[in-house]
Amino acid sequence: MSGYVESEAAVVIDGVDKVFNAGSLDEVTALSGIDLTIGAGEFVSLIGPSGCGKSTLLRLIGDLLTPSTGKVTVFGKPAHGARLDQDYGMVFQHAGLFDWRRVAANIELPLELRGWSRADRAARSAEMLDLVKLPDFGGHYPRQLSGGMQQRVSIARALSFQPKLLLMDEPFGALDEMTREHMQLELLRIWRETGTTVVFVTHSIPESTFLSSRVVVLSPRPGRINSIVDVDLGERTDDTREDPAFFAKATEVREALRADEVGA
Amino acid sequence: MKGGRTLRVVVTTIVALLLVVALWEGYKWMGGQTDDHWPGTSIELPTSTDDLTMPHATDIAGELFEEVRDGRARLPLYLFLLKKGWYTFQEAAIGFSFGLAIGLGLAILMLRWRVAERGLLPWINVSQTVPLIALAPIIVTWGRLNDIPDILSISLIATYLTFFPVAVSALRGLQSPDTAHLELMRSYAAPWRTTLFKLRLPAARAYLFPALKLAATLSVVGAIVGEISIGTKTGLGRAILEYAQRYAVSPERLYASVVGAAILGLSVFGMVNLAERLVMKRTEGVERADRVAA
Repeated sequence: MSGYVESEAAVVIDGVDKVFNAGSLDEVTALSGIDLTIGAGEFVSLIGPSGCGKSTLLRLIGDLLTPSTGKVTVFGKPAHGARLDQDYGMVFQHAGLFDWRRVAANIELPLELRGWSRADRAARSAEMLDLVKLPDFGGHYPRQLSGGMQQRVSIARALSFQPKLLLMDEPFGALDEMTREHMQLELLRIWRETGTTVVFVTHSIPESTFLSSRVVVLSPRPGRINSIVDVDLGERTDDTREDPAFFAKATEVREALRADEVGA
Repeated sequence: MKGGRTLRVVVTTIVALLLVVALWEGYKWMGGQTDDHWPGTSIELPTSTDDLTMPHATDIAGELFEEVRDGRARLPLYLFLLKKGWYTFQEAAIGFSFGLAIGLGLAILMLRWRVAERGLLPWINVSQTVPLIALAPIIVTWGRLNDIPDILSISLIATYLTFFPVAVSALRGLQSPDTAHLELMRSYAAPWRTTLFKLRLPAARAYLFPALKLAATLSVVGAIVGEISIGTKTGLGRAILEYAQRYAVSPERLYASVVGAAILGLSVFGMVNLAERLVMKRTEGVERADRVAA
């Protein structure tokens, strides 16, 4: 299924290790021998138990951390260059909006840093608010919004400059189950509409299965790629969650995760 | 809503003022009845309640309208205090501004270079252990030797008190953004300066304002102490010093000038409060539109 040509790759991770506090008593090997290629337009989830280094891997792709060995290539350039070119948008577990900025101004922040004119920024943030279905909330302050709404704003902010890559670190982890399922569908819709590549960190088996075209299963410390589960469930709807094929895939992911425990 | 809030503040202030006056007069009356003892005991009151130690509140208020000499002119005491207070206010305002600039500058310096934080912070702390009374004459003498006007020297003394809370709280505020915010700015490849202006400084405001209120009242204290310790010819400090020497003749006058100093302190406090409301109102007191669409 994942027959992507090398030149179309959004992210190539090649022999990456990440060691924290190397040479000191609290040295931790977070990731070891990671090889992974993510094709352009793919939706890939990274799943694993807490502390398996999935967030670290995401930060290596975003050049918020540098690998101890190996290299990370994003759209054919080193991750560092991709960050400087602002090739990706990032969404965190907590929306991380700036309290003192109105919702629209939060979405416009990356555009402001890129020197966009006021009119262009306003037009784009209005467009983004429509995309995340919050058209009437541009003038509100983040604190006036619920957690789910804040997370939509955060997604709108990450997409405002139309990056080809979206890095998401457990973005729905702090939401209640109802909101979470709703947001998953919204995210898939946005993914289809924008054609962006998504790398999505989660520790939820159903979430990873529901969202992704591929689920990358990581083993606990030191983090290794244990297996990659291809998920082909066609277009997702709320009915997908009750589809036996969905359960079968979720079971496959679960067993891949369990295989780690036995191995460890 | 807004008018109601102002009215509430005014009413609270008046009630608080009346309460203080009532306590003052009540204590004085009690002392008069019991010959300065706690009722029913032989324990003496901590202070005597005679008219020299504790003049009547009405006498203090009345004193404000008595004529006093200001150079060759004669004018009511309240106008005289207002004039002197204005002078002291200017010194305090200059001192406050310097303190704000120096405190912020130091905080940014310490934020930018860890070495600066390790090197400067102990000295900033030590600076506040030097008694102001000892420092003031040094600053003034040094100022006069270098042809710096006294008003600036006094402002510098106020600065010495004000920069400290500003530096310490601004540093905390600048360091307050959490990792996710900083990572976000990093993901935008934002240079240090941009992160400072777009993230760190706005985030620091909530930490800065409580310190600025403290700094504002400290700047008045600094200015008055400065005036007293260098023997300047004008300002509230001078008035307080003069009336203290004539306490035995008219204690009301000293009390009135102390009330004047308190009012000056309260006004600068109020000004910072107002500034805070103007700057911060945009994010506070807003109603939640919770769960409308989520």
